[in-house]
Amino acid sequence: MSITIDRIKKSFGKFQALNDVSLDIPEGKLTALLGPSGSGKTTLLRIIAGLESSDSGRVLFGGDDVSNLHVRDRNIGFVFQHYALFKHLTVAQNIAFGLESLPRRSRPSKQEINARVAKLLEMIQLPQLADRYPAQLSGGQKQRVALARALATKPRILLLDEPFGALDAKVRKDLRRWLRALHDEFHFTSIFVTHDQEEALELSDQVVVMSQGKVEQVNSPTGLYARPESRFVFDFLGHVNVLSGVVKGQSLVQGNARVALPGVVNNQEAQLYLRPHEVQLAKAPVAHARLPLRIEAISLIGSEVRIELAPEGWESNEIWEVGMSHGEFARHNPTRGELWYAIPAVGHLFAGDSAQPETVDWHSTAHASAANM
Amino acid sequence: MSVSAQAGAAPVRRFAGRSKRVLPGFGLSLGISLFFVSLVLLLPLTGLVVETSGMTWDQFVFTITDPRVIESYKVTLWTALAASLFNGLFGLLLAWVLVRYEFPGKRLIDAVVDLPFALPTAVAGITLATLFAQNGWYGQVLAKAGIEVAFTPLGIVVAMAFTSIPFVVRTVQPVLEELSPADEEAAVSLGASDARVFRKVIFPSLWPALVTGIALSFTRSLGEFGAIIFIAGNTPYVSEVTSLMIFVRLQEYDYAAASAIASMVLLVSLVLLFAINLWQGRYLRRLEGR
Amino acid sequence: MSTEQHRVGDQPWVRRSLIGLAVSLTVILLVIPVVVIFTEALSAGWSTFSDNILDEYSLHAIGLTLLVALLTVPLNLVFGTALAWAVTRFRFPGRKLLITLIDIPFAVSPVVAGLLYLLLYGRNGWLGGWLSSHDVQLMFAWPGIVMVTVFVTCPFVARELIPLMQQQGSEEEEAGVVLGASGWRIFRKITLPNIKWALIYGVVLTNARAVGEFGAVSVVSGNVRGQTNTLPLHVELLYQDYNVAGAFAAASLLAAIAILTLIAKAIVEWRQSRIEHPAPKTGGA
Repeated sequence: MSITIDRIKKSFGKFQALNDVSLDIPEGKLTALLGPSGSGKTTLLRIIAGLESSDSGRVLFGGDDVSNLHVRDRNIGFVFQHYALFKHLTVAQNIAFGLESLPRRSRPSKQEINARVAKLLEMIQLPQLADRYPAQLSGGQKQRVALARALATKPRILLLDEPFGALDAKVRKDLRRWLRALHDEFHFTSIFVTHDQEEALELSDQVVVMSQGKVEQVNSPTGLYARPESRFVFDFLGHVNVLSGVVKGQSLVQGNARVALPGVVNNQEAQLYLRPHEVQLAKAPVAHARLPLRIEAISLIGSEVRIELAPEGWESNEIWEVGMSHGEFARHNPTRGELWYAIPAVGHLFAGDSAQPETVDWHSTAHASAANM
Repeated sequence: MSVSAQAGAAPVRRFAGRSKRVLPGFGLSLGISLFFVSLVLLLPLTGLVVETSGMTWDQFVFTITDPRVIESYKVTLWTALAASLFNGLFGLLLAWVLVRYEFPGKRLIDAVVDLPFALPTAVAGITLATLFAQNGWYGQVLAKAGIEVAFTPLGIVVAMAFTSIPFVVRTVQPVLEELSPADEEAAVSLGASDARVFRKVIFPSLWPALVTGIALSFTRSLGEFGAIIFIAGNTPYVSEVTSLMIFVRLQEYDYAAASAIASMVLLVSLVLLFAINLWQGRYLRRLEGR
Repeated sequence: MSTEQHRVGDQPWVRRSLIGLAVSLTVILLVIPVVVIFTEALSAGWSTFSDNILDEYSLHAIGLTLLVALLTVPLNLVFGTALAWAVTRFRFPGRKLLITLIDIPFAVSPVVAGLLYLLLYGRNGWLGGWLSSHDVQLMFAWPGIVMVTVFVTCPFVARELIPLMQQQGSEEEEAGVVLGASGWRIFRKITLPNIKWALIYGVVLTNARAVGEFGAVSVVSGNVRGQTNTLPLHVELLYQDYNVAGAFAAASLLAAIAILTLIAKAIVEWRQSRIEHPAPKTGGA
């Protein structure tokens, strides 16, 4: 069941939660709604579910307009952030609830319901907890029961509201893997809301980045990471190094920093966005870039060495971060206080006020410089 | 397969327009509530309005400024104030001790605090009257110190204090429970004495709830009747409370006068009620961080 | 160095004197008065006590009081629950006003409450005139007593439920709706178990107050012995007649109900705290 969102608007009093949002959610895929709090992602999810109504716009399930359909009749599964398990029913009764709420005509027999509950308990690997009450379960167990409960009525669409937000880091990782495996086996159309970009990129087939009630970018995780299309998405997806300056001649200049930019209009203000993995460090500047930086901190933990640097002779709003492999680190042994130069290989230029970045590629020149190190 | 077909043959509930409610029962619950509130609470108020509008302004003023009635205002007001202030102190002490200390019988004391709430006022009235009478257990002890309680305004204060003690305790208790130990520890580690910490750290968080409790106690005491009339002696001009004045006028079949006085009392009560609600809305919510 | 927190007032001497003061004042002001009720009731011996209780007028008063409670409590139960549902599960204009209105019986003097009903439904009142022309008498008869008691006790169930339901939030009920349950099913299976204990206490409290109401009932009752006297009015009657043992005998019945009410509250709070701090969890993700 594919989902189409058509120009949805929603405001709460003066606060505009969703501003003309349109989206296509493909059938059978796991889609993430990613964004900071206030971006409108949870509101959008609840509108899709029918738990909120939009001010204008439509929601379509498989081509049918369900905007006026009550949540009860949309046949969706919803998993709440804080589980919302029924405190006074056992795990088995919780899972059976949706089936027992069906009108008499369509309700399966008691044996069928029990059988389905047993199968679901197997699927979430908690058959021994059937007669426990929610208060006796751990967070991870509760979330799995909430999922089983949502799936009991065989919905075609599964909606999850920050499903792992309330859990410990390790439990979160385990449950993420498990949810993905479940999805791969059953192929429901799933949408989940998260503010954790690592989670979104790891789990989903498609990521929808939202900010302030608008969709910033829709792409697969790799596409999103490789080609962010706005400043917001850059900032949101992890650290980014920024050189802010004015284009003079064929270079971006600020203070004593200079980066060559072939084919760019003169005398504009512009920002160059460089991801940590798009930059290398060298002891001397190269032909296409002069970016002096002094090392402030070195972090050895992780698969890469992370080096934090402050600009020297020019300014930037935030500290610069560059990664270096442990092997290189051992060879060159950079230390705190030393002056190094950043050599960009690929960069993303925002010229003037434009919201779209241009990719700048110095790969050929970068390779030549690397040979100098 | 479309969603509506999946929903089965059962009629699909549609929204009426865009503003529909997700949870059911809005119409029914609001309907019952409004019906009940109008019938039980609001409708009777109209009876008072009709009766008092039947009086001329002069008649109205004459009735409510009758010297005996004015004396009853004074008695009621100062006794209610005295009782509420006493309850402010006693209630604070009780709340403090119940929240911050452990001792045998604590559960019992906590339960007993609600006694005046559950005990009928007439029962409270006769037992207090008996205790504080000249030959009662307390009356005898106090007589030795030259203090008369029964059949004096002091008796009124006692009765009012008894019936409204739960208001202060139950308003202050939750606020005390919410106080974080970290704030106090920080102050103590900076060298402040206990008294200073109480004044500067604890009391500022407490006083809105304390004022609310005292105000609730005051409002309740203004209208108290059953607990008072047995111990007060009800001497005109000395120990008559306004609620008794209304009752007296009713027994004289002077409905007009009774209504006039009652409308004054009602006005004051409602004003106090709204004031307390506004106060609670501003101060208590701010503390709870909502 | 001690690892315990030091909080203000922890020193032994402060602690002991405050506890001592609080406990002694409580005993003097709250406990002894209740004890006195029972000692006075039994002061003339057991047989006088039972004679007083089983006296014809006393039995009638008990019966009338029970009738009033039997009618008042279910009405206020339905109203209180409906109001709590409307006010905590939905947003609508006038919601805050409604919550404030429910406090009116708290602020209004019981005598004034009685007067309001008398003015409306009494023979000379504007509704009363119409009623008496149809030979219906509400005031100075048991219906009036019930009506006035309903007025005075209507906030209690709502005031127990509203903070609890607000704190619990409506997520569980929303989950129920998403799973396709009807309104009554949601209320029965999800809401009711969550508010069960608060509801029980609200009913117990309403009952205690209905049974004990004095001021308002005095105004509308007419005080006719054997016909329109409730138990509290009977207490007053006996006391005015200088029948102290009799008055306290009747009072002791009411005090017993009050004590049972307190016990009920203690049980409810104990159950609530058990729900919030349940048995230890099983481990694992």
